[in-house]
Amino acid sequence: MELFTLLVLVLDSTLRLSVPLILAAMAGLFSERSGIIDIGLEGKMLGAAFAAATVATFTASPWAGLAAGIGASMLLALVHGYACITHRGNQVVSGLALNILVSGVTAVLGIAWFAQGGRTPQLPGEARFLPLEWPGAAWLREVPGLGTVYSELLSGHNLMVYLAFLAVPTVAWVLYRTRFGLRLRAAGENPQSVETAGISVIALRYRALLCTGVACGLAGAYLSLAQSASFINDMTAGKGYIALAALIFGKWRPVPALLACLLFGFLDAVAIRLQGVDLPGIGEVPVQFVQALPYVLTVVLLAGFIGRAIPPKALGVPYVKER
Amino acid sequence: MSFPETRRNTPPTADAPAVELLRIDKRFGTVHANREVSLSVAPGTIHGIVGENGAGKSTLMSILYGFYRADRGEIRIAGRPAAIRNSEEAIAAGIGMVHQHFMLVDTFTVVENVILGAEGGRLLASGLHRARSELSELAREYALDVPPDALVGDLPVGLQQRVEILKALYRGAEILVLDEPTGTLAPQEADHLFRILRRLKAQGKTVILITHKLREIMAVTDRISVMRQGRMVAHRDTSATTVGELAELMVGRRVLSEVKKGAAKPGRDLLSVENLRVCDDRGLIRVHEVSFAVRAGEIVGIAGVAGNGQSELLEALAGLRPVARGRILVAGEPVGAGSRLRRHLGLAHVPEDRRRMGLVMPFEARESAILGHHDDPRYRRVALFDWATISRDTASKMDAFDVRPADPRRITAAFSGGNQQKLVLAREFERDPLVLLVGQPTRGVDIGAIEFIHHRLVAMRDAGKAVLLVSAELDEIMGLSDRILVMFGGAIAGEFPAGRATERELGLLMAGAGSAGRERGAP
Repeated sequence: MELFTLLVLVLDSTLRLSVPLILAAMAGLFSERSGIIDIGLEGKMLGAAFAAATVATFTASPWAGLAAGIGASMLLALVHGYACITHRGNQVVSGLALNILVSGVTAVLGIAWFAQGGRTPQLPGEARFLPLEWPGAAWLREVPGLGTVYSELLSGHNLMVYLAFLAVPTVAWVLYRTRFGLRLRAAGENPQSVETAGISVIALRYRALLCTGVACGLAGAYLSLAQSASFINDMTAGKGYIALAALIFGKWRPVPALLACLLFGFLDAVAIRLQGVDLPGIGEVPVQFVQALPYVLTVVLLAGFIGRAIPPKALGVPYVKER
Repeated sequence: MSFPETRRNTPPTADAPAVELLRIDKRFGTVHANREVSLSVAPGTIHGIVGENGAGKSTLMSILYGFYRADRGEIRIAGRPAAIRNSEEAIAAGIGMVHQHFMLVDTFTVVENVILGAEGGRLLASGLHRARSELSELAREYALDVPPDALVGDLPVGLQQRVEILKALYRGAEILVLDEPTGTLAPQEADHLFRILRRLKAQGKTVILITHKLREIMAVTDRISVMRQGRMVAHRDTSATTVGELAELMVGRRVLSEVKKGAAKPGRDLLSVENLRVCDDRGLIRVHEVSFAVRAGEIVGIAGVAGNGQSELLEALAGLRPVARGRILVAGEPVGAGSRLRRHLGLAHVPEDRRRMGLVMPFEARESAILGHHDDPRYRRVALFDWATISRDTASKMDAFDVRPADPRRITAAFSGGNQQKLVLAREFERDPLVLLVGQPTRGVDIGAIEFIHHRLVAMRDAGKAVLLVSAELDEIMGLSDRILVMFGGAIAGEFPAGRATERELGLLMAGAGSAGRERGAP
């Protein structure tokens, strides 16, 4: 295959693989900029993926599935909020507990309801988000260069891929141009300043967590309704943690976080592409090595290549009004 | 608009008090912070509330601002009962507060901070625009100039405080409460603040000023209320009282504000610092090639506005922070890294923040009293601590330093600030050190304890120790020191022998202006 086409194809799968990361990173951004550590992105995504697949199985509607996924994720976010905001619990412990809980509950319910070893049944096409052909894509496919880019890279993704890329400017706009965003950022930096300005920090952080729930719900539903055609045990496979890492690389800012997600998506795409390929001079690269690359990169980058990431000052500190 | 006219239209006698607090009562667990406190503030005046730390002033104002809820009592604003359950309702009642620790977001610009909570709509654009024009208006009216698009974290403390005042005015505050506003300001900055306050008063605003600094309250207020141990003990017209009377009312007895001490008889250099450079946690140079010496039998005071490198210098000398360049000598011996070795050389350190660095709050007093001396063979029996000896030893220290209650088993956090500080001093002084590094020895300490601590410091000097004193209280520096060094921007901006420095000269140097004294160690 010629190199250009190969590159376009890798970028094409990069886009698709980055989507859950981008949505989850945007989800984490709401929570963390408001001052709540969210290590539970993983669990919320997994819960949403399961709820979406289950409801889509019974209703044959991707929209109902999506709504269920978002609902499940918001519910989990509220549990996190109840533990961390209302009862000032440890935010890392609460997030981790939710991850473990969801991983177990989805497996148990999956086996009990569908008896397929924890999987949900294969969804038919009409119960999923299918790729959208852009006008003229089939015809332009034959045109070299731009035609390939148009028909392979831009066209042919499902609705949620486009949604994810629209989510980033939207989140940035909310964060930097709206009253809610200003207060959210202030709550993550100096919650007392918010309280003395006459705004309830607690209500604000709950609202931030609900936003996190919505975005995580989208990410989870994407996994089971768009990327795959069913729920599979632990199908998030660490994407929540990778998204959190991307958020930190991006220094808690939307666009840099998007770039970090794309980088991880790209490595993932390369890993898939390199499986079983003989590289000149090196030979066949073991699959495990290639698959480990994103994680190796996480460690290497976090170890100092991105410079010091300064988190929101009040991140992880439970807010206590009365002393 | 003319000021005398407004006054004629609203004769002060006919006016209801701007703020009235009636029998406010508030407890925090076992601490009775406010006991039946009543206060009446006339409109268009500057009203001072004085009291020692822990007298309940800040609690009272936090109740007025809706940050805490009073257990009992009533608040009236302009004669009408007001239910103030949260800050939002306080703001709506026309109350603005400038907190001791600024309620600002460092990563926001000035305008963003000003509009936070008063954005005027879901989108920021129009609010930011309106705030910008209103800020320039307020700046003209009240001499409150602040660059609107600067990041607040980059501004000096004095300007940050102006942002706080602007925040309150932007919300239409008629009553402005300032909690210890001059704690971190250089004298010139404080003077500017007072000019702003007088301006506010002239425009008909009511100002409540909380402080424990008597001199400034005398300078700027119309009327003064004194609090002691949660009670309101007196109200006075400023023109009809004196600093002496107020101090007496604050502590309940006559105090000596001057420290009695003889002339110093300095001996050889016990602590020498040569071209010392120290960096902070972010790697920024905070102390620039500083050189000085402290001799046996003298107290050298370091004056400066907080954040000019004094803390880093003290930590480097104590071995808590690495030295980037230069040397430290104790009794002529160069010292290596680490704080334990320095203790053996005869260096004692009273850290600036006793709660964070000087003591372990959940520990018993006897555990806190041996911190850093765990390897002392006296405290050991084979491999275990000899608690009986430690208790006896702590009890005798508590006795010598008048720590009350003298109970070695009491939890450190249960002692008052002054007694905690005396516990730290007892631990450090009783080791018979050569060099004493003392940071903020009387911060958050009541007047009685301050006097005791000052006498002890002078006694250590007279016993031939070298004392290096870092304090934010200019009075303390001027009262105790035999020589004064002023730090500004990480360098020593000037040096004065005792008694030769005026507050004004020191203040100018602390603010980075003027060139009095000898230039030393400048970068």
